[in-house]
Amino acid sequence: MDHFSTIAESRKALLSGQRSAEAHTTEVLQHIHSLESALHAFVTIDDDGALASALRIDKEVGAGRDPGPLAGVIVAVKDNIVTKGLRTTAASRILENYVPVFDGHVVERLRNAGAIIVGKTNLDEFAMGSSTENSAFYPTCNPWNVDCVPGGSSGGSAAAVAAGQACVGLGSDTGGSIRQPASLCGIVGLKPTWGRVSRYGLIAFASSLDQVGPMARTVEDCAQLMQVIAGFDANDATSVDLDVPSYQSELDRGVDGLRIGVPEQYFGPGTDPEVAQTLRTALEQMESAGAILQTVSLPTTDHCLSSYYVIAPAEASSNLARYDGVRYGYRAEATDIDAMICKTRAAGFGAEVKRRIMLGTYALSAGYYDAFYGKAQRVRTLIRDDIARVLETVDVLATPTSPIPAFRLGERVSDPLSMYLMDICTLSANLAGIPALSQPCGFTSSGLPVGLQWMGRPFDEATLFRVAACYQNRTQWHTNHPPLGAL
Amino acid sequence: MSDVSSSITRDDVVAMARLARLDLDEAEVDTMAVELNAIVQSMAALRTVDTSDVEPTAHAMTVTPRLRPDCVTSSLGPGMALEQAPQKSGSAFVVPKVVG
Repeated sequence: MDHFSTIAESRKALLSGQRSAEAHTTEVLQHIHSLESALHAFVTIDDDGALASALRIDKEVGAGRDPGPLAGVIVAVKDNIVTKGLRTTAASRILENYVPVFDGHVVERLRNAGAIIVGKTNLDEFAMGSSTENSAFYPTCNPWNVDCVPGGSSGGSAAAVAAGQACVGLGSDTGGSIRQPASLCGIVGLKPTWGRVSRYGLIAFASSLDQVGPMARTVEDCAQLMQVIAGFDANDATSVDLDVPSYQSELDRGVDGLRIGVPEQYFGPGTDPEVAQTLRTALEQMESAGAILQTVSLPTTDHCLSSYYVIAPAEASSNLARYDGVRYGYRAEATDIDAMICKTRAAGFGAEVKRRIMLGTYALSAGYYDAFYGKAQRVRTLIRDDIARVLETVDVLATPTSPIPAFRLGERVSDPLSMYLMDICTLSANLAGIPALSQPCGFTSSGLPVGLQWMGRPFDEATLFRVAACYQNRTQWHTNHPPLGAL
Repeated sequence: MSDVSSSITRDDVVAMARLARLDLDEAEVDTMAVELNAIVQSMAALRTVDTSDVEPTAHAMTVTPRLRPDCVTSSLGPGMALEQAPQKSGSAFVVPKVVG
């Protein structure tokens, strides 16, 4: 069987009667199980739930009805998006046995579109990390080289999609958590504009930065999944009520006359020379496709990391205050409530989560608020204005997604600051709230994928899909798949 | 706590852990002091940025608050709300004694 079929191919096979959803789901589940001992992409594999969904889809098809735009499409969902009746852990001991009583908005949309959810994918605990090594359960391995990390925090979804354990996946992105693993695993990943996709049912990390987004092997599939999940939701107070355009109709428009800004700050000494060269080659291809390249300057880039690592932990320390062992999740035994809460949180959270809670508590505490949190928010304004100014003169920005390709497991896990640097190219889109997409644009000499990041204007995901589709049409990188036989 | 420009002391870490309701053991306090100092020092460059007359950004997009009609809507109900409770009794969450 072809583990790498697209949404269109899956739908066609189902609706033409060539392959039932049940048969397809059974095959994919076998594939998932056969790879899991090598990859550890999933926290929970839902064999029974997936097969039950498949039978429902087959019934619909049998009755002559179209079950939806994702009919019979296999989806892997990051385990920080709640799924009714299906354990949702955020890869944390504190939620190890948590079974939600409701579906997140995006999950509801997936189910209504006929998708089949095969399981919940691994992540850095509460999405805090860039390698998926901060999972409380086990690290996920990169299918291109199992000695390397898949990136993070949506490393499970990225690895699963790259390895054909799912057709598409859902991730979440607070500082690059969809795009960086997409880059390291050689797939496409989009962080939508903040407010474009509902966060209802996304376990909160840093609410002013978090976004749910699609991950896929092709730009078309990424656009089709985005079409399903994008749109207004009254249950998310920050959801924006704007019409969602047809992304599909943008894919073949080409880039003739499109202005691509290339920010010089993203090609500095911290960027791996092979990555930089791969990007330059990709941009030359876009120029030959008719796009106009312009070198631009984003002088506030140097301050993104500091601003982000004050704001995100500050919001996290507040959001994670809800884990007190009272209403759900893990509870430690103690004779008084204060000790119970302190022991619950000490035993339930891992080292990185504790570090960020402490950092956030520090940044928000009396006497430090203005110097750290207030200052970081003001610098955020400068970063946002800087990007907005440049996006008045160009249509999109092009940068590396990650300064380096996938690194080896264990290499950075004991040095938080070196891990934080992995987000250096992706943070600005979260701080500015703009959409950003990563797509594969080549390989290093050691066979690891390199990602190209496009950033665009608020709510202009369509242009990102347009430019990414044009690049994909002129290259073959998306047709490369990991050497699964070696796993 | 120490002033903004000085390093984070062990006592600062203990005080923050108390605020964050985290029981840290002695080794964790030592490690945390070293790591937080390194992280906070790496952010010192923020202080050099001129932000006079710059408004803070709390959310990147301007979101106009919405109001829903003031009427009763469906909610989880006690059964579902208590479903995941570590300890419960009737329609209540049970916790260790709060008042002495």
